Amino acid sequence: MTAALLEVEGISKSFPGVRALHEVQFSLHSGEVLVLVGENGAGKSTLMKILSGIYQRDTGSIRVDGQEVEIPGPAAAQALGISIIHQEMNLMPDLSVAQNIYIGREPRKGPFLDERGLNRKAQQLLDDLGIKLDAKQRVGDLTVAKQQMVEIAKALSFDARVLIMDEPTSALTDTEVETLIGLIESLKAKGTGIVYISHRMEELKRLADRVTVLRDGEYIGTLERDEIDVPTIIEMMVGRHLDEGARPKASEHLRDEVVLRVTGLSTRQLLRDVSFELHRGEILGFAGLMGAGRTETARAIIGADPRSAGTIEVNGKQVSIKQPADAVRHGIGYLSEDRKRLGLMLEQSVTFNTALASMGTFTGPLGVVQQGKARTTAERYVKDLRTRTPSTEQVVKLLSGGNQQKVVIAKWLARDCDILIFDEPTRGIDVGAKEEIYRLLQKLAAEGKSIIVISSELPEVLRLAHRIVVMANGRVTGTLANEDASQAKIMEFATHLVADEQGAA
Amino acid sequence: MSQTTQSPADAPSDEAVAKERGARAALWRKGLQQGLAFGTLVVLLLFFSIASNNFFTWSNISGILLATAVIGILALGTTFVITTGGIDLSIGTGMTLAAVMTGIVAVNLGLPLIFGVLAGIATGALMGLINGINVAYLKLPPFIATLAMMMVAQGLALVISGVRPIYFSGVPGFKDIALGTLIPSLPNAVLIMFILAAVAYFLLSKTVFGRYTVAIGSNEEATRLSGVNTNRWLVTIYTVAGVFTGIAGVVLAARLDSAQPQLGVGYELQAIAAVIIGGTSLLGGRGSIVGTLIGALIMSVLINGLRIMSIQTEWQNVVVGVVIAIAVFADSLRNRRGL
Ligand SMILES: Nc1ncnc2c1ncn2[C@@H]1O[C@H](COP(=O)(O)OP(=O)(O)OP(=O)(O)O)[C@@H](O)[C@H]1O
Ligand SMILES: [Mg+2]
Repeated sequence: MTAALLEVEGISKSFPGVRALHEVQFSLHSGEVLVLVGENGAGKSTLMKILSGIYQRDTGSIRVDGQEVEIPGPAAAQALGISIIHQEMNLMPDLSVAQNIYIGREPRKGPFLDERGLNRKAQQLLDDLGIKLDAKQRVGDLTVAKQQMVEIAKALSFDARVLIMDEPTSALTDTEVETLIGLIESLKAKGTGIVYISHRMEELKRLADRVTVLRDGEYIGTLERDEIDVPTIIEMMVGRHLDEGARPKASEHLRDEVVLRVTGLSTRQLLRDVSFELHRGEILGFAGLMGAGRTETARAIIGADPRSAGTIEVNGKQVSIKQPADAVRHGIGYLSEDRKRLGLMLEQSVTFNTALASMGTFTGPLGVVQQGKARTTAERYVKDLRTRTPSTEQVVKLLSGGNQQKVVIAKWLARDCDILIFDEPTRGIDVGAKEEIYRLLQKLAAEGKSIIVISSELPEVLRLAHRIVVMANGRVTGTLANEDASQAKIMEFATHLVADEQGAA
Repeated sequence: MSQTTQSPADAPSDEAVAKERGARAALWRKGLQQGLAFGTLVVLLLFFSIASNNFFTWSNISGILLATAVIGILALGTTFVITTGGIDLSIGTGMTLAAVMTGIVAVNLGLPLIFGVLAGIATGALMGLINGINVAYLKLPPFIATLAMMMVAQGLALVISGVRPIYFSGVPGFKDIALGTLIPSLPNAVLIMFILAAVAYFLLSKTVFGRYTVAIGSNEEATRLSGVNTNRWLVTIYTVAGVFTGIAGVVLAARLDSAQPQLGVGYELQAIAAVIIGGTSLLGGRGSIVGTLIGALIMSVLINGLRIMSIQTEWQNVVVGVVIAIAVFADSLRNRRGL
């Protein structure tokens, strides 16, 4: 084999209280996709940040084309042809798409910016990449998915030889994922080496030429193309055999008592006549394609968005919910899909965030916060959810992406609502921890809580939900008992067009 | 313009909603930013013209403009700092120190006037440079770094001048910097303010310097990760603001024909208020030079008009305070993003 495009060896990195990486290695050849996997907090993002000049390694060596290199900063990484799409969004919301893409490299006319040239260049790039976006739009006004596409366009604008993608698809719609996969194929053909980080096994199967596994900051091994096999990879990741829990059955669990009945729910924008029932102790799955209206349904129920029609009954009584605080008063908790913007205080500790939504339970006489009690609760959830953090006093900002997500979950579990709505609860969470979360949700349901899980991953819905509501274009197109459901059947309902609304099961 | 063609299975409405919201949010923001301040200014002008016959006369208007010049120049410079999400409290006393330095060089040392002017400007720049280094490299919060500089500058101005005003009566031509009229019946100080406004406008909207000012205010970390040396730019931005402070000091000294070491405290808050009234976001990421100019004019029209209507100074302060509160409220409205 010729000298690898990129080769790292013996890389170690510690943060105060955390050994993030220990003697890690991998190599990347041109024209291949190396998928990097590992549990939350395994050190994947840290390793990539070292390669893109954001962190400095403690030990180890990095070689590009066989030449040893130093990467003291982001500019040095760019100069070496290493480009990265970060796991967490890194855009300037007040600037336009074009200004974001070419930040630091803006075309100039003498001392002035060449705004027209900049827009032309950016639009050209977007069109070439098949990304449907207006270069002049302000990034802060775009949806999360579109912002992610801007990040991708920006990374690709460097003509990078090494492209690192840290969970690029976590916020993308299915069509955009396809666009991205198409882009990756054409980059491969041009000889670009790609490091791809993802927790989605489907993507791994489709994209990977080789797979490198990290666990607890250590290098576990690399699988060649013909050795790639999902159970093996999972076992390497979690260090133990993971048996998948059995699918639940609606007939066994369904109790008569309806805790939440939604009838004829509509919004001005999208929802049309959405009706369903949630029983005590039930996990109700919401499936559908992106934009089918599942998040909108949840937001309309909790009063985050205005409703144009429909009634909501909690425990048989009609209730008026005008804002999220009303929903919480009626015992409905909603865990949003966008943790960074809506779910977490990044500068605060794990304990602070866990206790935040349920301060009442942690407040003693005179409004004094019972710090000890809050910490005990936080510690319990850290253990239950296997959150990787040196202590509950760590600020959330310093946790890995998936572990931040676990803190959001802990927050709503601590809140002790009777009805919990989870929107994409396992996005960005590793396979091992997913299983823990599934078990926890099932335990809660068995204890009599009622849970709605919105998920784009069909295996997850099937693994969790007693019954499954499928939505398309703002309507409910079908409701299935788990034992009657399959991925194919759900997809059939999910792609139903408006014409035939009521398909038979 | 991008054509968004959607497969039926995809999210047409989601898309449309986001787009509509975005467009509405953008309009709302822009409308408020440009419109509100300008509208307020027009309303104030009309109100005072009707309320008092003495208001809308050229001598009064040029008086207002002259009174705006110093605050206006300070506000222009500090617009850059505020756009980065920072704040500069040292501009008031910094301006005083610059004026005193001009006096020391031109009067006490008796050097040619131009050296005095340059000394004033250089003093401002140096203070800005130190502020920038403290903020960017030593990671002091801008509020603290510039609060410290504010006190240092105040102390130095008093010490260096011996707590006595320095008079420029022996320096011919100095007064003309502010009060001469290169353009008939328009004081030079006002001319300088308008020229600096044009310079600042180009800096903010047409140059890389301005682009990074906005980018840093919008998301400093992201800007740094994009390979922009944000620390160096921050130092540059604070230094440029310092240059404006220095010029303001020279103009102030020329207008008073003296350097008054006791003066200066309070100017920084008026300048910051002018910036905020003009629609620059205190949270950073959005700045408007035209807005700052209008904001500064609103402040002095208000004060001048109230004075002409013989309203007590104490009440003038109350009114100005209320206007600032309203402006900041408008700022928070702007920040309610559509999403
Ligand atoms: N700046 C930092 N300070 C302290 N600890 C950190 C810092 N950055 C990362 N860590 C810790 O290092 C470990 C590895 O984090 P990293 O972000 O690399 O994980 P990851 O593999 O990307 O996980 P995920 O799949 O959740 O994104 C985690 O325990 C994290 O808390
Ligand atoms: Mg990560």
